[in-house]
Amino acid sequence: MQVPAPFTYERATSVEHAIELLGQLGPEARVVAGGHSLIPMMKLRLARPDALVDINDLGAELAQIRVDGDALVIGALARHADVLASAVVGEHFPIFHDAERVIADPVVRNFGTVGGSLCQADPAEDLAAVFAALDAVAVLRGAAGVREVRVRELHVGPYETVLAPDELMLELRVPIRPGGGSAYEKVERRVGDYPVAAAGAAVWLDGDTVRDVGIGLTAVGAEHFTAPAAEEALRGQPATEESFQAAARLAAEHCNPSADQRGPVDYKRHLAAELTTRALRRAAARARGQEA
Amino acid sequence: MTTVEERPHTGFGRTLRKEDVRLVRGKGNYVDDVRLPGMLHGALLRSPYAHAKINSIDTSAAEALPGVKAVVTGETLKGLGLAWMPTLSYDVQAVLATDKVRYQGQEVAFVIAEDHYTARDAVELIEVDYEPLPVVFDAKRALEPDAPVIRDDKEDQRDNHIFDWESGDAARTEEVFANAEVVVAEDILYPRVHPAPLETCGSVADMDPVTGKLTLWTTSQAPHAHRTVYALVAGLPEHKIRVIAPDIGGGFGGKVGIYPGYVMSIVGSIVTGRPVKWVEDRAEHLMSTAFARDYHMRGEIAATKDGKILGLRVKVIADHGAFNATAQPTKFPAGFFHVFTGSYDLRAAHCAVTGVYTNKAPGGVAYACSFRITEAVYLVERMVDVLAYELKADPAELRMKNLLKPDQFPYTTQTGWEYDSGDYPKALQLAMEMAGYDELRREQAEKRERGELMGVGIAFFTEAVGAGPRKHMDILGLGMADGAELRIHPTGKAVLRISVKTQGQGHETTFAQIVGNELGLPTADIEVVHGDTDQTPFGLGTYGSRSTPVSGAATALVARKIRDKAKIVASAMLEVSPDDLEWAGNRWHVKGDPEQGKTIQEIALAAHSSLELPEGVEGHLDATTVYNPPNLTYPFGAYICVVDVDKGTGAVKVRRFIAVDDCGVRINPMIVEGQVHGGLADGVGMALMQVMAFDEEGNHLGASFMDYLLPTSLECPSWELGETVTPSPHHPIGAKGVGESATVGSPAAVVNAVLDAIRPYGVRHADMPLTPAAVWAAMQGRPIRTDLAIP
Repeated sequence: MQVPAPFTYERATSVEHAIELLGQLGPEARVVAGGHSLIPMMKLRLARPDALVDINDLGAELAQIRVDGDALVIGALARHADVLASAVVGEHFPIFHDAERVIADPVVRNFGTVGGSLCQADPAEDLAAVFAALDAVAVLRGAAGVREVRVRELHVGPYETVLAPDELMLELRVPIRPGGGSAYEKVERRVGDYPVAAAGAAVWLDGDTVRDVGIGLTAVGAEHFTAPAAEEALRGQPATEESFQAAARLAAEHCNPSADQRGPVDYKRHLAAELTTRALRRAAARARGQEA
Repeated sequence: MTTVEERPHTGFGRTLRKEDVRLVRGKGNYVDDVRLPGMLHGALLRSPYAHAKINSIDTSAAEALPGVKAVVTGETLKGLGLAWMPTLSYDVQAVLATDKVRYQGQEVAFVIAEDHYTARDAVELIEVDYEPLPVVFDAKRALEPDAPVIRDDKEDQRDNHIFDWESGDAARTEEVFANAEVVVAEDILYPRVHPAPLETCGSVADMDPVTGKLTLWTTSQAPHAHRTVYALVAGLPEHKIRVIAPDIGGGFGGKVGIYPGYVMSIVGSIVTGRPVKWVEDRAEHLMSTAFARDYHMRGEIAATKDGKILGLRVKVIADHGAFNATAQPTKFPAGFFHVFTGSYDLRAAHCAVTGVYTNKAPGGVAYACSFRITEAVYLVERMVDVLAYELKADPAELRMKNLLKPDQFPYTTQTGWEYDSGDYPKALQLAMEMAGYDELRREQAEKRERGELMGVGIAFFTEAVGAGPRKHMDILGLGMADGAELRIHPTGKAVLRISVKTQGQGHETTFAQIVGNELGLPTADIEVVHGDTDQTPFGLGTYGSRSTPVSGAATALVARKIRDKAKIVASAMLEVSPDDLEWAGNRWHVKGDPEQGKTIQEIALAAHSSLELPEGVEGHLDATTVYNPPNLTYPFGAYICVVDVDKGTGAVKVRRFIAVDDCGVRINPMIVEGQVHGGLADGVGMALMQVMAFDEEGNHLGASFMDYLLPTSLECPSWELGETVTPSPHHPIGAKGVGESATVGSPAAVVNAVLDAIRPYGVRHADMPLTPAAVWAAMQGRPIRTDLAIP
């Protein structure tokens, strides 16, 4: 059995308490929610926090999924399974259900959290690409107060975010706009594996014209999990297979995959294009009401 | 609705597994469940380097950690003469490294502490000064003149060569190839994989300082063989060693050899005078215990233009890792690879295998391979498809044309093995009918027109199991015969003691069914005792699908001895001559007068009573036997796999899998089918996702379940099983063994299906695992080497 190095453990009773504990315990403390990334890393002794602050009792404050004005709000402590089961999520953004269906396995989805996934900042994280495609905003709170950060600016590198050591992610706000459709496409070696590559797309159509588009890419070294050049090129273009392929080629050119046992660079770059095309195609079909 | 059987279950047929009553309730007893008073915990320090000189080891900080009882290094063992241990292949292996480390994950030091956490913390405090050395990470380059010599501990070793072995007639094969109309060659890799059972390896050693008796609870598929080896290695008297293999969470050949951790738990108990538990974690298990395969093969097949296969030859570089520790019959350095001639009528065949050392973990024979028959079957079944590709022939027709015919059995192969029985065309025909083969080909043609990729793959395999005849087969001089003891209690309940050891195969059920079938006793009335050397007769254990062929035969024969003895007792009870009695399935009765008879239960009571028995007949009702198999048994099967390939991503979906198995007489069809299901999943895993690759520094790239992938139910279709039954003519109940058939047969079917799907891209061969990347790369005409780091 793999066992972690020694650490202390605190259980937060409120958001304020959690932030207070993080302040007291310093930068070597970590928040534990679902624990499905952190605890395996601790058992392998790749992560060696001095202390854990357990926020699993904060569900009432942090696990809600609701529509608030013109935004879908997903609490940071919402479990993957909650997102997958949420009708309101599926109604506005089917991309979440596409992605959640292929994130890990039911055991992980039952406990792993949305906020944990984003804060872990794994370069192959599915939800990072989803929230980036939707241009969502993360709401963070620390001793200094509450601030909002675009998910596109949340990650500063592999396993690194802009969160201060005493900051807690509260929720994600996804703007709801009319005329939209979204989809997620992923290739994995086996169900539950991290993606070889994956792409998410959200499009908003005016008739047959792309009014706005968001593209998220993961596991292919795309900066901030996005493809801004491809988005820019596609805005105002007809929503056709040709435009999608042209944008996808741009997305692939701008990503920077590295070779590993999931595949060589040329394959991952090919997938970035192929999956972006597929995601755009399906997102557009959904925007047109042609596909569930 | 619950149905109640009127009579208790007896004999062959479907019945629930007796062991599941405890296992599904969480009441199994595995090694890690063993807790003894005063028990300490051990943990191993393992090398981060694949090849490095050890300059020094500083254990002082670890020893100073509160709760640490002792830290043992290779130097400590050297003083006891225990730094090296013999392997099952007449090599030696380091228990703890002394001079240098030779693979990543090799055992370097052992900590014994009050609890597992402290032991693990202390391991991190040991400081080792390593001096990294150049690494042999590619078997194909192990014999290059400038390759670093890994085994400089061996006096006469000047390179990384272990052995050359060959089988078949080279000259005759050359002649057949020289005159053949068609010759096709292909390089085929069977990459390094791992059986990865749910339960990792471990042991609890309890050396009683007063009696001098060692009790070892251990994850062993072969407890008797282990006991003898410990006696020979450590010099402990054999009667003072008790090896107990409790419930085992899967073995698949990975729990046949002896690992340094087992030895260290024993050393730890001797050093501390207290019981010591050592249980490895998943990464340790994947990095250091017996891998499987790693065969780099070049196959050549010769045929006529119209598809009559004439000859087959193959050259193999076999990567055995840093120590030659393959677990197989000792005189068979390439296992039973001779069976590469497959299921076909050939004029000539020849193979040559060269074993090499590399900076990787030792092993090679595991993962339900039937001693390298997985490699053999994969080779021949790929080569037949390569030939079909060249001849533009249908792979089913090509196989049908060349399969051995029923009237050719018993059939002696070009490598001298006698296949006992079979009707191969019947099995293939059945599989094709179940699959709707012609319809699948029509569908495939239509899809190809539309640019969609669908493939149909076939594999026909012949297994060779039940090792083996003692004149040919032994392990370290121990003949591969197995004993059985059967005792019928006065009330007619029975206890059967066997030498083999279930790891999930269901022996407690099927062996009771064998006894029940012979004596007419209910399955529930027969207790099967196994896995404890103090309670069972000697035998070599469970691997190579040998339990039913060898120990199952012993069980049938010992039950027949009881039946014969019961006849004499019955004759005394009925006051008739034994010659006047006949057997009626569960009782002896007077010929022509079925009313006048006695059941086994009645006879058992009488045998223990004051009844006067004929002269020379001892009381009670028990017997023992040892079974020496006259030949191996040869199960076979025809598998058909249907896949769809996404041409934009290379992703493979296994749509259907049809498996027709012939394992002779089936004792419990449910258990047979369960074993087939598991083996088919293995095949999907190996074909599509499993590999242990190594980078240029010798780093293991598959040391966790994030990197070494096991298939799930979502990768597996609903298996479609069929059967034919060709009894083994030489086995007492006609059974042939089935534990490894599906693992042996299925990888080639899946790979053949994928390659059939991407045939429009001009791909004749690509190596496993056919991950999406590997399929796509093959379609682009630049296949990747799956056993190395992807560049």
